[in-house]
Amino acid sequence: MDVVVSQVFTGLSTGSIMLLAATGLVLTFGQMGVINMAHGEFIMAGSYTAFVVQQATASVGASLLISLVAGFVVGGLLGVIVEVTLIRHLYHRPLDTLLVTFGVGLVLQQIARDIFGAPAVNVRAPSWLSGSVEVLGAVIPRTRLFILVLALVCLAALAAALKYTALGRRTRAVMQSRDLAESSGISSRRVDLTTFFIGSGLAGVAGVALTLIGSTSSTVGQSYLINAFLVVVAGGLGQLRGALIAAFVLGLLQSFIEYSTTASVAQALIFVVIVLFLQVRPQGLFSLKTRSLV
Amino acid sequence: MPRTRRRTVLPATAAVLGLVLTACGSRVGEDGAGAASAESCVDTSGDSVKVGAINSLSGATAINETVIRDAIELAVEEINSDGGVLGKQLDLIAEDGASDPTVFAEKAEKLVTSDCVAAVFGGYTSASRKAMLPVFEDNGGLLYYGQQYEGLEDSPNIFYSGATTNQQIVPALDYLKEQGVTSLYLVGSDYVFPRTSNAIVKAYAEANGIEIKGEDYLPLGATEFSTIVNKIRTADADAVFNVVVGDSLVAFFREFTSAGLTAADMPVMSMCLGEEEVAAVGVENVQDHLASWNYYQTLDTPENTTFVDAFRAEYGADRVTSDPMESAYTGVHLWKAMVEEAGSFDVADVQEAADGVSYDSPGGTVVVDGDNHHISKTARIGQIRPDGQIFTVWESDGAIEPDPYLTTYDWADSLSD
Repeated sequence: MDVVVSQVFTGLSTGSIMLLAATGLVLTFGQMGVINMAHGEFIMAGSYTAFVVQQATASVGASLLISLVAGFVVGGLLGVIVEVTLIRHLYHRPLDTLLVTFGVGLVLQQIARDIFGAPAVNVRAPSWLSGSVEVLGAVIPRTRLFILVLALVCLAALAAALKYTALGRRTRAVMQSRDLAESSGISSRRVDLTTFFIGSGLAGVAGVALTLIGSTSSTVGQSYLINAFLVVVAGGLGQLRGALIAAFVLGLLQSFIEYSTTASVAQALIFVVIVLFLQVRPQGLFSLKTRSLV
Repeated sequence: MPRTRRRTVLPATAAVLGLVLTACGSRVGEDGAGAASAESCVDTSGDSVKVGAINSLSGATAINETVIRDAIELAVEEINSDGGVLGKQLDLIAEDGASDPTVFAEKAEKLVTSDCVAAVFGGYTSASRKAMLPVFEDNGGLLYYGQQYEGLEDSPNIFYSGATTNQQIVPALDYLKEQGVTSLYLVGSDYVFPRTSNAIVKAYAEANGIEIKGEDYLPLGATEFSTIVNKIRTADADAVFNVVVGDSLVAFFREFTSAGLTAADMPVMSMCLGEEEVAAVGVENVQDHLASWNYYQTLDTPENTTFVDAFRAEYGADRVTSDPMESAYTGVHLWKAMVEEAGSFDVADVQEAADGVSYDSPGGTVVVDGDNHHISKTARIGQIRPDGQIFTVWESDGAIEPDPYLTTYDWADSLSD
């Protein structure tokens, strides 16, 4: 029994990590159509922000909370810089964006190695997150609970912002029809920039949170990038609730398949499941309904 | 629209096919020409001689290899300021292997055939070594591979200054058995070294009545260990035998510790956890667990004090030294000793003179075995202390002779076929 509970929680936790890494991508990939291979490096920038903040502040507990804000700003600013200097010139050229952002990712990795050195650094978890809680006989690490909550909060905040704020309405308008939105007086340029800031900022937040689980090194982002793209594709482009469901379903599948087989088999089977699913629903779980003819 | 798309795809496909074909083509040509070009082109007429280094400064294993490059450069500098080798200064040509075996092979070929270096230091993963091996054999070059690895190899053109399995894995098992461990859980990253090393562990366990409670592998770089830690916790083995490598170590130990497991209930014996990894994992997550290497920074020998001081003077007082760095550093000094013994930079002369050459390395005196090109090494089990350093808790009676094929162990008979 406690094994089942453990594995359900592991699945939810794995899902929440995928979700956290994917939330920013839902905006930049899903809504703007930019295949941003440097998203992983924005995650890494968030992780190193957490390291720098921890070096600078005395209290480990406070540093995590400061880092979450700082990570958002650092990730967001990096995103804006890349958007303004490169991606802006490459809208409607998805293959070029893919290659350019892949290069940007490699450059950012090298910069990180030059600044922080090649070996991974250690970001300590605050004492209120160390240890575990017991639920129905299952041992649940507090760090993972924290990430689960954080992922849901980020997703809810983003959903609320899109639904209720003026910026959110403009974003959705641009997403549905760029030309129509522009002719109604919306500056799609400003919307693009803000969207990219928020999307990349969320990657930074993910990076801060992931320091609680894994290592902080120049390649940290790469290990989360593929799963993040999977979540966005399976959930449907630009669909937050699609990403939510896809992340948790994939997480649960992973944990139960892995428990009865091995991690490598689980990873491979996940890909098979997604390929089969996309055969049936190429648009993902949810898709944008428009009356457009194209 | 469909038409333009097809047009862009076709040349791309043709380009990929072309690449594959030329790769195969040049491979065949190399083999044909290999025997003929075995004559080395090393130029020893000047007052300096070229040597090469290939380590990954970019890509997945750059984290581990950059520090090894530092150690190699330190050794070369020491040799130069000490008068060089046979009166000649060393001119180090450094290449980036980019964590890609193909790049390692290309760079090795460049160093050996166009730079004409006398020896190359480097290589990290077994895949990188296997990719370079034919280059050195075909062109008559010399590689000094300074990394503990899974054994089962010997090449006339490679000297192995890292531990083979009977100098690292077998001593770790002997130690655990001596401590009364009767069951083990095996966990590792999914590639050749962990799988080979666990095959050895299983053969040893069968012969020594140790029960294997489970065996799990995760892809390289994986960070999701909660399922495996759940399995380990429910399996309740006496100890965990850990061959997880690189970044994944951080995720593994954090998960292990936050699940409430400690070294007191279930010690983890790690094959790839050095001083650098301890710093990255965070000592609070790995304290009191065990490691098996041949060298620790804390070793109290005059050679090691000199090495650590020199390294810190060069690269900063906050830097640590670890086994892979020490082995690579030792490899450079061993090459010097071999060349001086041979009185020549010629590869054939060096191979001839290698047997019995010794060097007082930071980890103790090592002696080259002329048959299998490995070196004798002292095995040491270390325990991680609160300051992040690893202290020796057990060490072998002197240096252990290298036995890359485990021919001297009865229980290992089943492994060779």
